[in-house]
Amino acid sequence: MSNDVIIQGPGVAHAHDAATEHHGHEHHEQHFIWKYIFSQDHKIIAKQYLISGIIWAVIGALMSVFFRLQLGFPDKTFPIMEKFLGEWAKGGKLSPEFYYALVTMHGTILVFFVLTAGLSGTFSNFLIPLQIGARDMASPFMNMLSFWFFFAAGVIMFASLYVETGPASGGWTTYPPLSALKEASLGSGVGMDLWLISMVLFVVSQLLGGLNYISTILNMRTKGMAMTRLPLTIWAFLFTAILGVLSFPVLTSGFVLLIFDRHFGTSFYLSEIFIGGKALPHIGGSAILYQHLFWFLGHPEVYIIMLPGMGMASEVLSTHSRKPIFGYFAMIISLVGITVLAFLVWAHHMFVTGMSPFLGSIFVLLTLLIAVPSAVKVFNWLTTIWRGNIRFTVPMTFAIGFVSLFISGGLTGIFLGNSALDIQLHDTYFVIAHFHLVMGVSAFFGMFAGIYHWYPKMFGRFMNNTLGYIHFFITIIGAYLIFWPMHYEGIAGMPRRYYDYSAWESFKQFQGLNSFISIVVIVVFFGQLMFVFNFFVSIFRGRKVTVQNPWQSNTLEWTTPIKPGHGNWEGDIPEVHRWAYDYKDDGNGNDFIPQTVPLKAGEESH
Amino acid sequence: MSGFIIIALIVLVFIIIYQIAKASEYASVLRGEEKVKAQTNRTMAGLLVAFFVLGVYGIWKCHELLIDKMLPVSASEQGVGYDSMLKVTLIITGLVFFATQAILFWFVWRYQATEKRTSFYYAHNNKLELLWTTVPAIAMASLVAIGLRNWFNITSQAPANAAVVEIVGKQFNWIVRYPGHDNELGKRDFRKINDANNILGLDWNDTHNLDDIISPSGEMHLVVNKPVKLIIGSRDVIHDVGLPHFRMKMDAVPGITTTMWFTPRYTTEQMKQITGNPNFVYEISCDQMCGKGHYSMRGTIIVQTQAEYDAWMASQQSYYAQNNAAPAAAPAAGDSAKPKTDSVKVTAMK
Repeated sequence: MSNDVIIQGPGVAHAHDAATEHHGHEHHEQHFIWKYIFSQDHKIIAKQYLISGIIWAVIGALMSVFFRLQLGFPDKTFPIMEKFLGEWAKGGKLSPEFYYALVTMHGTILVFFVLTAGLSGTFSNFLIPLQIGARDMASPFMNMLSFWFFFAAGVIMFASLYVETGPASGGWTTYPPLSALKEASLGSGVGMDLWLISMVLFVVSQLLGGLNYISTILNMRTKGMAMTRLPLTIWAFLFTAILGVLSFPVLTSGFVLLIFDRHFGTSFYLSEIFIGGKALPHIGGSAILYQHLFWFLGHPEVYIIMLPGMGMASEVLSTHSRKPIFGYFAMIISLVGITVLAFLVWAHHMFVTGMSPFLGSIFVLLTLLIAVPSAVKVFNWLTTIWRGNIRFTVPMTFAIGFVSLFISGGLTGIFLGNSALDIQLHDTYFVIAHFHLVMGVSAFFGMFAGIYHWYPKMFGRFMNNTLGYIHFFITIIGAYLIFWPMHYEGIAGMPRRYYDYSAWESFKQFQGLNSFISIVVIVVFFGQLMFVFNFFVSIFRGRKVTVQNPWQSNTLEWTTPIKPGHGNWEGDIPEVHRWAYDYKDDGNGNDFIPQTVPLKAGEESH
Repeated sequence: MSGFIIIALIVLVFIIIYQIAKASEYASVLRGEEKVKAQTNRTMAGLLVAFFVLGVYGIWKCHELLIDKMLPVSASEQGVGYDSMLKVTLIITGLVFFATQAILFWFVWRYQATEKRTSFYYAHNNKLELLWTTVPAIAMASLVAIGLRNWFNITSQAPANAAVVEIVGKQFNWIVRYPGHDNELGKRDFRKINDANNILGLDWNDTHNLDDIISPSGEMHLVVNKPVKLIIGSRDVIHDVGLPHFRMKMDAVPGITTTMWFTPRYTTEQMKQITGNPNFVYEISCDQMCGKGHYSMRGTIIVQTQAEYDAWMASQQSYYAQNNAAPAAAPAAGDSAKPKTDSVKVTAMK
């Protein structure tokens, strides 16, 4: 750990804690409900997002364990599944209906509830006011509403698991007509309605949050905090919020039309369908329209998930290498490039829908173009650690893992974005491997780096280091063992979302590999549970933080008290005099100069 | 009950691990934190490098184990371009992959913190930025060029002499229709669909339909070295005609007709020899999630020589004759019972 942190023996009383805990601007004691539940303090809301995200992540991961059991061992039964899933896994054998429900829910939960709400919800809320020098969000009340809309969305999604016909089961993309017609699938009944309602509430939550983040960053920076002095985390959160605000409404419009098709007899997505023994009256709709509306969010969503991790990895890599981030402006420009291009590449998910080949070629060009800013970021990260003085703290190992996984998962995007290759690889395990590495595990590594790095600021304690390192190695080794071989399955044409491959001459040869992957999944799952355990136990029993700035970092959040109250700073908000990355000799034997330190005479600003 | 015991046990194990981990941190204080910190740093740098080395070895092993399970040579002429393009992309991305990962882990080892080292204050260099903006841009441009050449080749108009075969997806099987002697597929209308005797909704007023041949089992016969254009449709939800051996794929969308064309290069028999697998069969997989039976939506393709194909075609009876023939045609009535039971079963599954 950091030089200045002294471990307190178990018996040492912390008399000074009481003094640091209750200060801030509101000296009256708030009731528990207003302080911890309907709180308007951005730090509490961030923790609420984080803890909800963790709970959802455990649920989503457990689902993947269940369907991996089916994929790995299609001829065996697992009575424990019946305990969890009841009738859906009678005798310990997962039913196909619920298999599809599980993959659908796994995707929805991980993409939206964990890697959107749990990731940018947590860190945008926590870091924006602290790092720009604001006492709270522009609208703390809207911020609170944002969390509670997310909470309501979560309750409805969770309730849909218990509906008699099961939750939505048409894949997380819920393409109509499958998702529009209850005759088409059990999951397209009430479960689908609940899914849509939950998602609309979720979008409301994202918009409330996103507008807040943008206005806070633009308007509430402290004196001296020019946009060009912002840490890259804040730039990343800004663009994440812009992406969300501009693309989530389009998704909502797609959902509203789907609700109309489901219940009010319209034909936006339906045409010439014979199902359940009869021809439906719908004519003239286009099922492809939904895919355009969905992916207009769906692709920016990928960057909504990636950008916060990129921002946090930049911050963590720089701090723990004791070096400025390399190419600060190039990093911002590449974020701009990614944000703009993110809106112009959505149809690369639809190369095989029969779209015009000319249109397809435009999307190929734009998609491969987006690899350029991503490559710039990778090279800048590498140069950041070059000739550094790297401290392998737990957050730093995760940030290095983030870069490694981002390279691995990013490069396979070049295959999928090139339509001529995508024809063969589309909807195979190659896609699963690609997006799990890049926006699944890599984004998670950004999140873990963030959690381990800012945990001391959140809870005034450290998480256990040893467990952190174990967690890191289990996760990175597991992730590569699970997803690397899937590229081979995909190149061999093995389709995704299959319940059982044993009837297929071309794909049954991978049964042994599937079993291997499933076993690794179970190990990794318990590795994550260990992280969850470490997280919650450390809140109460972790080593106490005894210095204000344990990582010797430059950014503003480390100028607040160890346990900041509502309002963050006790006295005036500090003034900022320099950029966030002055990791150099300060003349007093330290290798960092916080943003609050005025420039010395003759010193050039970066 | 046993569930609770298992959960209790897991929690217990975690508590024990946590306590051990915590104790080890206290122990490190006793040994002097500075020393332990330096040691941990060395250990972690070493472990990360070990991870990289073992990872490269693992990649090699994985490749050795799985390379035999890859698809055989492309069964279509159009897929040959795909195969070479895949190889080029693999080489380019593979080089970048190994170079960047090696640099990452080399830096991890080389620049681990020591007491003597101070970091090098190096904030920006526009020449470097320019270098690694333009080089990837050029690489991408060349990949786009190769890709679009193949893409326009694959999506071009089918040649005029191409055979036409229709394939229609429904939950959960494929239906194949051949145009018959007149070489023309008749009109169909989803409102005329009847699972008993008109599974594709053929319009009997259109005489082109009368000689059309339907295979309700999803078995498609094609002629080797003769281009074929697939007319793709769906009766209910979105499906996808996936032909991994031919490197082809196209969605089947209700209300929209999509097409794709290709030229088979090897008969099924030849492919059995190429793969050395006597059970080899060209499979049609559904590659778009279509409901609970998605994984079982399997069709097959039998590629034959022209002579074999003609012989097979001659033995087929038109769908119209099967379902509307005079009662006197006893064998035909027997045949028509088959699709009938199939569709009844499928309806029951829903």
